Amino acid sequence: MSTTTELRRTALYDAHKALGAKLVDFHGWELPIQYESILKEHAAVRNQCGLFDVSHMGQVWVYGPDALKFLQTINTNDIGKIGPGKAIYSHLPNEKGGVVDDVIVSNMGDNRYLVVVNAATIDKDFDYFQKHSTGLKVELDNMSDYYSMIAVQGPKAAQLVGLDYPDALKLPRFGAMMATVFDQKSAITRTGYTGEDGFEFIVPSEIISRLWDNLLLKGRSLGAVPCGLGARDTLRLEAGYLLYGQDIDDDHSSYEAGYGWVVKLDKGDFVGRAAFEKQKKDGLKRKLIGIKLSERGVPRPGTPVFVDGKQAGTLCSATFSPTLQAGIGQGYLDRPDLKPGAKLEVELHGRRAAAEVVKMPYYVSEDLKNAKT
Amino acid sequence: MKSHEWVSVEGGTASVGVSDHAQHEISDVVYAELPKIGRKVAQGEACAVIESVKAAFDIYAPVSGEVVAVNEVLAKDPALVNRSPLEEGWLFKVKPSKPGEESSLMDFAKYQEFLKSPAANAGH
Repeated sequence: MSTTTELRRTALYDAHKALGAKLVDFHGWELPIQYESILKEHAAVRNQCGLFDVSHMGQVWVYGPDALKFLQTINTNDIGKIGPGKAIYSHLPNEKGGVVDDVIVSNMGDNRYLVVVNAATIDKDFDYFQKHSTGLKVELDNMSDYYSMIAVQGPKAAQLVGLDYPDALKLPRFGAMMATVFDQKSAITRTGYTGEDGFEFIVPSEIISRLWDNLLLKGRSLGAVPCGLGARDTLRLEAGYLLYGQDIDDDHSSYEAGYGWVVKLDKGDFVGRAAFEKQKKDGLKRKLIGIKLSERGVPRPGTPVFVDGKQAGTLCSATFSPTLQAGIGQGYLDRPDLKPGAKLEVELHGRRAAAEVVKMPYYVSEDLKNAKT
Repeated sequence: MKSHEWVSVEGGTASVGVSDHAQHEISDVVYAELPKIGRKVAQGEACAVIESVKAAFDIYAPVSGEVVAVNEVLAKDPALVNRSPLEEGWLFKVKPSKPGEESSLMDFAKYQEFLKSPAANAGH
């Protein structure tokens, strides 16, 4: 843990300390990695409910008559497809077909859109937004320092959120709404990063502690527990979600990451479109491939992967999967032809461990399988 | 080098495990990679790895000698290291080759002192 620079703290820092959280440096933010146990927190989200402080994430409002035109230019996904009250997952492309960030865009109606961006990329994204908004009738408002954010995730999340916010239960998966939370104008979306049903509250920082305490208190009888970044990582990896900066970045494309479904070439022009078209036409030299260990052991980011005795890449995300009770990981391999079931090896502490290619995601909850968006 | 293993010598065999403080810091043990029986280890040599969900932790041999047993139960129940670090969660046993070497180690009181120093948490 680096202590050379002052770490930023969320408005819930004191609450985390009081709950006995173990805090770590996450991209310059001092955040809980776990409270009691990553395994217990992971299980709570899969079976009951977990609460995450994700206040480090950024929020940018986009307003104005050209808001949609602007967002179409800077997104790979088709923002025109989401009507008011809907949200969409998308990539912000660069000119060479890489990814500036992965975001969720919510259409709040009347040409107002809320873009939730990653913590480490807030400044980069905002510069990128400003650059591409030149000449357009669009207003950009970086509200990242004003808002805090809580994710409520798990099969019991709806029951908990519905106690005080019954309107939120009408949201479909990837629904979005404005709401009043402790008398403050806020947003609630039915989104998350765990592979479970869940909601994300975007509220002014001044009331985040009241919301957190209230959810914790009322959630107790439902089995809701506070969860840290450790469980967030095992949950999202099982669910097949990318971590920006680790699985995807300016030099890796949406296609290479297996996220071609967020690139809509038929929607008109956008940044890097020609590069994405070329990639699609030429085919991929490397691809993000999911693996599962066939024997005991825990792969980590950086673990080398071998196919037919030859190194084919390294894992960018890897961990012990509590749900599968096995080591899992994903990495860019220069063997895009590999299919699920293909045998390979990973190097762990100087030995080669057997593994095989698996189809991602590793886990889909019943709630999301049946969800209508 | 000061680290968080314990050793208990009985009847010519030294049992090795990690302290309660260490298991608490490591948290959620999901796998233990133990040395092969017959391996010769030197005092201070990294010879096992404990894996938590989040990270891997090297385990250093507290005394020199030959590995004569490993805790097979950990293959099925690695969380024993968390539940019973000083007894059922032992890691491996060594037949010491340099008798008296353990006198260079910290005793319980010195270890408690060590835990108060910043160096105690540098590795974990």
